[in-house]
Amino acid sequence: MIQDIQTRLIAVAAKRFKRDPSALKPSDDFYEALDIDSMEALSLLTTLESELGVEVPDYEVQDCRTFAELAEVIARRLG
Amino acid sequence: MIDIVVQDSVLVATLVREPVNEIGTPMLEALEGLVQRIEGEIERTAVAPSRRLAAVVITSGVKRGFCAGADLRELHHQNRAAKERGETLEARTAQVSTFLDRIHGVMNALDGCQVPVIAAVHGVVFGGGFELALAADLIIADKTARFAFPELRLGLVPGFGGIPRLKRDLGNAVVRDLLLTGRSLGAERAHQVGLVSQVVAEGQSLAVALRTAQQVRRFPSYTVGLAKRFIKPDLSAELAQERALFLQLWQLPPVEAALARFDADTSAMPYLPAVVEAT
Repeated sequence: MIQDIQTRLIAVAAKRFKRDPSALKPSDDFYEALDIDSMEALSLLTTLESELGVEVPDYEVQDCRTFAELAEVIARRLG
Repeated sequence: MIDIVVQDSVLVATLVREPVNEIGTPMLEALEGLVQRIEGEIERTAVAPSRRLAAVVITSGVKRGFCAGADLRELHHQNRAAKERGETLEARTAQVSTFLDRIHGVMNALDGCQVPVIAAVHGVVFGGGFELALAADLIIADKTARFAFPELRLGLVPGFGGIPRLKRDLGNAVVRDLLLTGRSLGAERAHQVGLVSQVVAEGQSLAVALRTAQQVRRFPSYTVGLAKRFIKPDLSAELAQERALFLQLWQLPPVEAALARFDADTSAMPYLPAVVEAT
């Protein structure tokens, strides 16, 4: 399940910021890989909530740096 | 700072101050100018009903969002400069109090405005920006919008009237979640809990707000004005309490330290200030 979420998360992020999803890995720092700042990361969170149908309070993801860490938080919320 | 256009009986005010329309002294002055313009248009309506003002739309021309709230850097710099001039804490607090009086004047004027006020929002709607949206009658959000009160991270509470207006509009579970955790809500969740009237596609909030304003325009202004007054209870006592609480907290040392940390943060855009250390 976690791998599915990672894949979907990367696809959503790549689409949001117009990147090639095949160039993104779960272990990537998403700030660097997507070349985004903290405000754009917030926009990513909003898109993820909408696309994945999950509510994620931002304090749960504020220490996440990689796609894999973000996917873990989302997986916990999805149960 | 604020572009104002009146067309088809609707006044459209577009906030334009990079990075995200922070409310410092220049934006405050522009907002006061906006209120004067709205009041002037309404007065003119009494003389020339054919040119009546039917609604106000407030939006942002800045890509990152509607408004990120109070200009914390200006607040910090003014406080530091006053301190360096040897001004007492009382004197510095009085300056903040004067700013609060003025911004409350703006928020109360919009809240009590005779014609409906519509906030067309996107992206960041934080702190004072959230409070500005709450002073409107309708919030139309594009799906990128995100709402939060990050003030607790500075050791403060919202001070522009946000708590009474949030309590007026939403249930306790959401009010407490927003105020006590400092979390943000996405547009869709905000719509589910009744904060947002309509969620629209990215980039469409202004267009939908204008169509909504045209719908409002079809009804008699007098009736709309009375209906608005009827559904908005008087908040003056709670607004005064919130203002007093803000000023009480403002005088505590951790707030000054938190503002200094925020000011020193050189990251691209620290959308939320660092959490104040527990004392």
